[in-house]
Amino acid sequence: MSDFVASYAGLLIALVKVIVVMLVLLTVVAYLSWFERKVVAHIQSRWGPERVGPHGLIQPLADGAKFLFKEDPTPAGVDPFVYVFAPFLALSLAMTTIAVMPLGPGTLKIFGQTTSFSVAESNLSLLVVFAISALSVYGVALGGWASNNKYSLLGGLRSSAQMLSYELSLTMSVVGIVLVTNTLSLREIVEAQRGTVLGFLPRWFVFPQIVGFVCFFISAVAETNRSPFDLAEGEQELVGGFHTEYASFKFAMFFMAEYAAMVTVSFMVSVLFFGGYLSPFPDSPAFHWTFYLPAALALIGGALLVPHGLRYHTAFGRVLLPVMGVALVGVGIVCAQRGVLGVIQGPFWLAAKVFVVLFIYVWLRSTFPRIRYDQLMDFGWKFLLPVSLANVLVTSLVVALRMQR
Amino acid sequence: MTVELILFFLLAAVALGGAINLIVQTHPIHSALSLIVVMVALAGIYLLLGAELLAMVQIIVYAGAIMVLFVFTIMLLNAGKEERTAISRAATYVGVPCGVLLTAVLAWRMVLSEAGASASGAETQGMSRELSGMLFTSYVFPFELTSILILVAILGAVVLAKREM
Repeated sequence: MSDFVASYAGLLIALVKVIVVMLVLLTVVAYLSWFERKVVAHIQSRWGPERVGPHGLIQPLADGAKFLFKEDPTPAGVDPFVYVFAPFLALSLAMTTIAVMPLGPGTLKIFGQTTSFSVAESNLSLLVVFAISALSVYGVALGGWASNNKYSLLGGLRSSAQMLSYELSLTMSVVGIVLVTNTLSLREIVEAQRGTVLGFLPRWFVFPQIVGFVCFFISAVAETNRSPFDLAEGEQELVGGFHTEYASFKFAMFFMAEYAAMVTVSFMVSVLFFGGYLSPFPDSPAFHWTFYLPAALALIGGALLVPHGLRYHTAFGRVLLPVMGVALVGVGIVCAQRGVLGVIQGPFWLAAKVFVVLFIYVWLRSTFPRIRYDQLMDFGWKFLLPVSLANVLVTSLVVALRMQR
Repeated sequence: MTVELILFFLLAAVALGGAINLIVQTHPIHSALSLIVVMVALAGIYLLLGAELLAMVQIIVYAGAIMVLFVFTIMLLNAGKEERTAISRAATYVGVPCGVLLTAVLAWRMVLSEAGASASGAETQGMSRELSGMLFTSYVFPFELTSILILVAILGAVVLAKREM
């Protein structure tokens, strides 16, 4: 009986973890669109979303409501099943990968049950990520094919060829890390980056594997079909690319899938190359204050938000922003408790790194023009793949020489 | 009835359904999609057996790389619906009985054989390490031979494609 209860509790905790991570991911995906528009706007000396709520903060909700209530016409001659199935596939695959990411060190205690600090623990989590990303080509390719539109078909073909080509260098650029750490588990890869070099530099793989990192990041941008590699939706040539014929919530699902894939790739970059949930500061008494950083940031941010909100130019903003500020202060006070502080260290640093990578993503989009299709293919096959292969060769040579000694 | 058994029957049903759908569907894309379903379901069965590495490789190589190429080619050629012709007389009188016979023999052998092969997923990490160790020590010759075979195939494909251009 108690055995049954234990397994039942394990299932319940797994469910709770899934729901929590899902809600957080959906919120992040929704607000990532706001963040992107805001950042791109400021880089181009514009204001970005400003009307819906203070600083356009309600914009994602308004967008979501608009997507829900739009008419959802089905064009003539589409393949009915595949046309509906493709967006579902794209979104569900894009949101699955987050499950194997290590979100914090060691184990977590909920309701007296110990559980791993991630949704699902796997010894081969790196391979799981690549397996899911290998499948995610289908969402775009099938969506483009099923729409019965030449532009959509071309967009789908382009993106599937692009994702196939860049998946090679994406996988190859990680082989260096696998060779050094001798593991396929993301958690063990993170743990291998614990400690410092020369006393201050964190032992992140971005330093010894800088070539791998550059290859990985470029291929990851291409793999998620993001600018400057967003040829699948080149407006000038292909209207909207693979999602030309999609409207309403089906379009929203493709849209969310793209952002969810961005979040996932940012997680991968921080886990593989930037030490994941580990703090960037050395573990010495001089840096003990960084332990309180999450709570301090929430407190200071909340305290600054209240006076700013009270001076905002709309009445709604004068109410909403101070309330948010007070809530943030409340979060800071909760976080300042010693037990909570210890638990949120890992997720805090991981989130901070993911945020920086996402910012770089958006920055890239607003900086680089879209490249031409043949340039894209040449770059992937004739530059990135050989460079990542050379990286594998050099890394294995170094590893072999080290084993000799 | 354990969870594993329920999952097994579920996955087996999905795999069988996909396989039947693969034959029944008239459009090549639908058939290719059914084949992907079969492969993913097989990967699930490998997972149940504790062969995590095999399951992941199955998805990456078969469901991912190879089937993407299939789908890509079908899309590129814009293949239309398959035309059904009446089955030839030889197929009805020889093929169908042979198929039934083969299935019966296989099922008979399987029922007779001991229900074994229930590896637990205890040391999957060690398993993948062991597997790669074996590939690069005791089986290095066939392994390298296979890579040369694949290289030759790639070169042949490039040469054939170049001639067309």
